[in-house]
Amino acid sequence: MQFAFTDEQEQLRFAVRRFLADKSPPTEVRRLMETESGYDAEVWRQLAGDLGLTAVHVPEACGGQGFSFAELAIIVEEMGRSLLCAPYFSSTVLAATAIMEIGSTAQKEELLPAIAAGERLATLAVAEAGGRWDADGIACRVLDGRLTGTKRFVIDGHIADLLIVVAREPTDALSFHAVSADSPGIVRRPLETLDPTRKLAQVDFDRVPAIRLDADIDAEAALSRVLDLAAVALANEMVGGAQWLLESAVEYAKLRTQFGRAVGSFQAIKHTCADLLLAVELAKSAAYYAADAAAENDPELPVLACIAKSAAADAYMRAARDCIQIHGGIGFTWDNDTHLWFKRAKSSEVLFGTPSLYRERMMSRIGGAISRGARGGTPRTKK
Amino acid sequence: MNGSMSDTQEQLRAEVRAWLEANWNPDAELVAWRNRLADSGWGMPVWPSQWYGRDLPQALAPIVDEEFARIDAVGVAKTGIRLLAGWTLLEHGSDAQKETYLRRVLTGEDVWCQLFSEPGSGSDLAGATTRADFDGERWVVNGQKVWTTSAHHADHGLLLARTDWDVPKHQGLSYFVIDMRQPGVEVRPLRQMNGHASFNQVFFTDALVPSENLVSKVGNGWQVALTTLMYERRGAGGSRAMPRTSLPPGRIYVEEHDEIVTSLEPYKWYPQRAGRVDLVEARAGNLGDDADPEVCQEVARLLILARTAEWTARRARAAQEQGRPQGPEGSLGKLAGSDIARQASHVHTLLAGADAMLAGSDGPMDGLIAEILVSVPATSIAGGTDEIQRNIIAERVLGMPKEPRMDTGPFRDVKRN
Repeated sequence: MQFAFTDEQEQLRFAVRRFLADKSPPTEVRRLMETESGYDAEVWRQLAGDLGLTAVHVPEACGGQGFSFAELAIIVEEMGRSLLCAPYFSSTVLAATAIMEIGSTAQKEELLPAIAAGERLATLAVAEAGGRWDADGIACRVLDGRLTGTKRFVIDGHIADLLIVVAREPTDALSFHAVSADSPGIVRRPLETLDPTRKLAQVDFDRVPAIRLDADIDAEAALSRVLDLAAVALANEMVGGAQWLLESAVEYAKLRTQFGRAVGSFQAIKHTCADLLLAVELAKSAAYYAADAAAENDPELPVLACIAKSAAADAYMRAARDCIQIHGGIGFTWDNDTHLWFKRAKSSEVLFGTPSLYRERMMSRIGGAISRGARGGTPRTKK
Repeated sequence: MNGSMSDTQEQLRAEVRAWLEANWNPDAELVAWRNRLADSGWGMPVWPSQWYGRDLPQALAPIVDEEFARIDAVGVAKTGIRLLAGWTLLEHGSDAQKETYLRRVLTGEDVWCQLFSEPGSGSDLAGATTRADFDGERWVVNGQKVWTTSAHHADHGLLLARTDWDVPKHQGLSYFVIDMRQPGVEVRPLRQMNGHASFNQVFFTDALVPSENLVSKVGNGWQVALTTLMYERRGAGGSRAMPRTSLPPGRIYVEEHDEIVTSLEPYKWYPQRAGRVDLVEARAGNLGDDADPEVCQEVARLLILARTAEWTARRARAAQEQGRPQGPEGSLGKLAGSDIARQASHVHTLLAGADAMLAGSDGPMDGLIAEILVSVPATSIAGGTDEIQRNIIAERVLGMPKEPRMDTGPFRDVKRN
């Protein structure tokens, strides 16, 4: 494991931050979040074509740049910081990663180049009406190459060209399918979201032609791994946003004067900020460590992903709450930017599973469950 | 690695190795061996060559340590606070003071204690009211200090005392070396809520300090104290010295072992103070499938805190090793440690249930859990309270403005306990 970024990684971060400072200031976030597509096609073209960010972790044989998950994590952290409105998380992080993990060599070579070039938008559809991102939540069916069912919480599902869909075979086994969004039998509806910077859709499938991704893998294990990688990426996105909120809160506390002094000179505010800094730094450590583990195929990744997701989600929500509180009344207004990050923090907190769920999962993955019997109570059996 | 640098390193390694081969003897008498170390400069090579060192840059010191460790050679005395005394006198002491004290710091013949905190000044160390008055010939000390480790067997104390009450508080302090073995000094153990008595109260009643024992100038005591505190923060204090797990043959190891065990005695509850997360980690992996979801959540929170704090410390070290500017992650360890200790205490309680009411041989783990529960409250106070820590982080890391001060005038007029 490395505990410091390399010079090349710092340069990547710097380049991405500079690009986003220019292309995704809060005014642009506000403009794009009101649009139906939710992104700016020209900025996307520059991001993909000029900077090559959509190709970063895709293998070179599939039209990518062949960098690791650690570089991908740096990019999404910066996007989280600037709250970029673009289908990067859905297409590059979720769909490309899923295809890299599950597709056959031929399928990767066929599907990945257009996604890596940013020319084709893809997304991953897992959760359904129950809002669960796990095998038990999958009820969509596939029969004779045709997919039927309803997916919800599909990120950018209303604009994606390609949907990677998790469904059940007649045997009840899970499988992954590539579905072209313009296939007959698909109905897509944008969902009204609390966080307008992350678009979600409901997608109904009625006997839609679907191409099954590589049949030879354990699809349930593959789903678990893809979602772990997604959680790690999201954790990195979250710590980027949390850092922005921390800086915003501190900056405001230095400027705002009450009782003849900067409110940032009051210990009540200082201590809130110091505790927040601690929470954000601990969450960063978890997110960076997990990203490195993903890059190095560390067998501990399933536990580290849980740590990163829950630590980052808690730190982000805390940052959002504290930032509004430190701003006082103005922090609750529409014109103040804090609510944009607050809403992203909230949508990120529950996306893929709540912090409590990830903590529970972490404990079961380290083989630990605490015996109630040991302290004389009634043992409670888990599912 | 550039060639000349590694040449220097190899030359140094050969030099220290040759000296140890010619001189090291595990059957030597401890003090005699340490006198040889002081004479040769190899015991404290980063000290100046005129004061028992070899002017070695700090970056090269690990090579000397490695050579000592390679053959299990015993080094100079590092236990207690004697090296804090050494460093402080090296920076601020007179030549006569260095002549008197430094050699015996390294040989470990003298025991030192630090007389800074007072009942009326804890976080606000510079608010000390123990007074030193000059009677024309020597300083006469009256007042009370507290939290003094090893005072009951100390030979010398590093004393911070007020010598001028009419100037602002930081300017009215002076720093002395006081002889602890005199009638005007009374040491009483201070019993803590966990039953241990690791520290002492020290009462001064017309205790005497000869004028040559003033360190630096009158009124410069705060600056000198900051030097001591800086070395303490860097870990030059000896509380981290660990006794060897198995003693190699040779009388010197027995003598060294006795010294370390004696000096560590006051610290034996420190692992419990930090919460003993290791006990939870050991249980978390093998408790079967019967789970109390609430307990599970709390255990997970604890393990997450502990692991992320560890990674954060490693990030800080990695940045330092690469010569990058220190990020915020370096200042957060103490605050994180308090959170971890509190959460660990909470988890131990949940796991123990009713047994958390019991202590000693009736208590869980033969009383160990009870000792944790009544020791953890010290973590967020000792060595700077969490509140002071948060002020430091907010002001120095986040650049937030300081609180307006009420204590800038003459100390005589400052409100105090």
